Amino acid sequence: MTDHDHDKPKIDAVTGIVTTGHDWDGVTELNQPLPRWWLWIFYATIVFAVGYWVVYPSWPLVSSYASGVLGWHSRTAVVEDVAQLVALRGPMVAKLTAAPLADIEKDNALLDFSLAYGRAAFRENCAPCHGAGGGGAIGYPNLIDDDWLWGGTADAISTTISHGIRNDDEDSRQSQMPAFGKEGTLKPAEIQNVAAYVRSLSGLDVPAETDLAMGAKLFADNCASCHGAEAKGNRDIGAPNLTDAVWLYGSSQQAVVTTITNARNSSMPSWSRRLDPTTIKALTLYVHSLGGGE
Amino acid sequence: MNVVVPVEAGEDEPFYQPHRKIYPQRVAGTFRRIKWIVLIVTLGIYYLTPFIRWDRGPGAPSQAVLIDLPNRRFYFFFIEIWPQEVYYVTGLLILAALALFLMNAVAGRIWCGYLCPQTVWTDLFLGIERWVEGDRRERMLADSRPYTAQTIARKTLKHFLWLMTAWWTGGAWVLYFSDVPTLVRDLATLQAPFMAYLWIGILTFTTYSLAGFMREQVCLYMCPWPRIQAALTDEHAFNVTYRFDRGEPRLSAKKAAAARLKGEPAGDCVDCGQCVVVCPTGVDIRQGPNLGCIQCGLCIDACDTVMAKLERPTRLIAYDTDVNIRARVEGRAAVARVIRPRTILYFALIVAVGGLMLWSLGSRTLTAVNVLHDRNPEYVRLSDGGIRNAYTIRILNKHGDARRFAVTVEGLPGASLEVIGAENEGGRQIATVGPDQSRELRAVLSLDAAPAKGSLPVTFVVTDLADNLAARNEDNFRGPEVAKP
Repeated sequence: MTDHDHDKPKIDAVTGIVTTGHDWDGVTELNQPLPRWWLWIFYATIVFAVGYWVVYPSWPLVSSYASGVLGWHSRTAVVEDVAQLVALRGPMVAKLTAAPLADIEKDNALLDFSLAYGRAAFRENCAPCHGAGGGGAIGYPNLIDDDWLWGGTADAISTTISHGIRNDDEDSRQSQMPAFGKEGTLKPAEIQNVAAYVRSLSGLDVPAETDLAMGAKLFADNCASCHGAEAKGNRDIGAPNLTDAVWLYGSSQQAVVTTITNARNSSMPSWSRRLDPTTIKALTLYVHSLGGGE
Repeated sequence: MNVVVPVEAGEDEPFYQPHRKIYPQRVAGTFRRIKWIVLIVTLGIYYLTPFIRWDRGPGAPSQAVLIDLPNRRFYFFFIEIWPQEVYYVTGLLILAALALFLMNAVAGRIWCGYLCPQTVWTDLFLGIERWVEGDRRERMLADSRPYTAQTIARKTLKHFLWLMTAWWTGGAWVLYFSDVPTLVRDLATLQAPFMAYLWIGILTFTTYSLAGFMREQVCLYMCPWPRIQAALTDEHAFNVTYRFDRGEPRLSAKKAAAARLKGEPAGDCVDCGQCVVVCPTGVDIRQGPNLGCIQCGLCIDACDTVMAKLERPTRLIAYDTDVNIRARVEGRAAVARVIRPRTILYFALIVAVGGLMLWSLGSRTLTAVNVLHDRNPEYVRLSDGGIRNAYTIRILNKHGDARRFAVTVEGLPGASLEVIGAENEGGRQIATVGPDQSRELRAVLSLDAAPAKGSLPVTFVVTDLADNLAARNEDNFRGPEVAKP
């Protein structure tokens, strides 16, 4: 413990150097002061800071801020950087704009560029619904698998991205599944049977109390017009294939019953209103490259 | 610090260390000669290396040592390092640290005294100072009097020469980062990038201020090594040591001779102070081990000169240990324990790390493949119930020409592979990668059914069609979690 009565500098017997006077149970500390240039450097940092205030944006004012004599602004710096990047990409972007979709895959460099461009655009625009990796979610199609509602060729993907699905764009993909339960077309028990029949097409378990024959008949009467007699779907109207293992809204009996009762008519925006044709082209190539491209 | 603060106990202590300018005196001898040789060799390497040419064929830089930051390549003679191999730099740093420890265990601060850039450039600047302004006494005299025209002229010339040296130092630095003939021409015609001039300016400033003005202050106040070194050293390390057993009691040459005639004790130290005046950090070695002592050995040369004149044995100051001084005092023989557990350990570690680096350098291939499994999602279910995994693979082609690589997978029977961006030639996925480039491709791997286990190992194999050498990288193929029984 420090005893303040003894808190006085002494001369250390061994080194002849003055101590700080601090004493910890007999352990003392030599006074080794810093050189004065150390202090000058401290002053220099203060001068530097003042210079910084003058040159760069610094103090907040009542309605604005001290903008600094250089007029530097982080936003301007970003804009300049982005402009530089756009200029750097310019020739490749021009090439991408000019090239027909089918030809891009033949040019390695252009393809790599398009995919990188498309990936960035995908993460900015598409990832909120389809997932960062394109894996989709319940109600938002998975873009990596081999199942496509509206077609998986580059041209079909391009159309879907450009005009979207079930929106007010004249050229958007349009179709409407009736809400069989809500509109009273089918009774709840009938819906259970249709749902069981649909699930049986993919080899899923059928609840014991359901009547598959009844379900098959109801399917032929109500559903086959869009989904096809063999339930293989119809890409012209975005009617899903009901015999495969891919289920946009889930494959449980309850999920299928809900679909038939209330219908599912989700929509996708028309991206030609927000993105330029080159970006849509890059997005098309990227989505086509995810794994399921036809 | 060896400066005794002249205050009585109880008085106010000074807040700051009073500045004491050091005027190291010229000295000649063994260690001075070693220091000149080390200086010429190290500075020669530093200033001249960028000018060495090395033919790597067309399309590659023909400079032996080049840090190509824009293209992310480091060239060192026949070695080309990619950013992926930055661990070699880590290895070099580990080797450097271990070498420093070993040097320290054998002979103290060899690094500080002979090899440290601060020491080497300070030596060079001191040499210029002595050449222009004269030796210690002349400089002290000139500084103590009002400046004459000659003093001003000499100081101006000194600072001009210092600035030129500092400028060359910065100039050589930037040459490591760009093609030398082009950069030198651009610098001369003022067309070089702003960054080149900026870095020359920064290094000119640091060299000029650190070697010209800061000097021993860097060792005393800025450098961490003296502190670390003190914790790493032991009693067997050879340090520049005043052999007090021989030197004490200090007497003038005459008194010592008289004392010896009478058979009274007389040390060899005549208290001439030569060891202190030649010291570049202003240390008195006779006070014992000292943080300020960089152990350059110049005091040994100074003392040897005096001893030779007095016709006494030399090496009153020498590389020695306190253990040996004690041994001599007690009449035992001095020993040199260079080989001891500490030095063996450091040496073994150096051999191990160096060997590992050489082995990895020797066994590295010019083709490599990195695989990154898609994590979002890890897998997708296909319409037929199959499972698909997607990977980002990066093929590294370190050859000087474009190569074609066949991409295949091993260890996953029945899997079908599609590589987007590769050409499909008879079922084989062939990807072309440009010279000294890497290429990122998307690989999509599908199985007909979910794997029996949640995750199966799979190996990506990239075979160079030109020489049939293959690079491999392991990853996993994932499916739905399988409940554990």
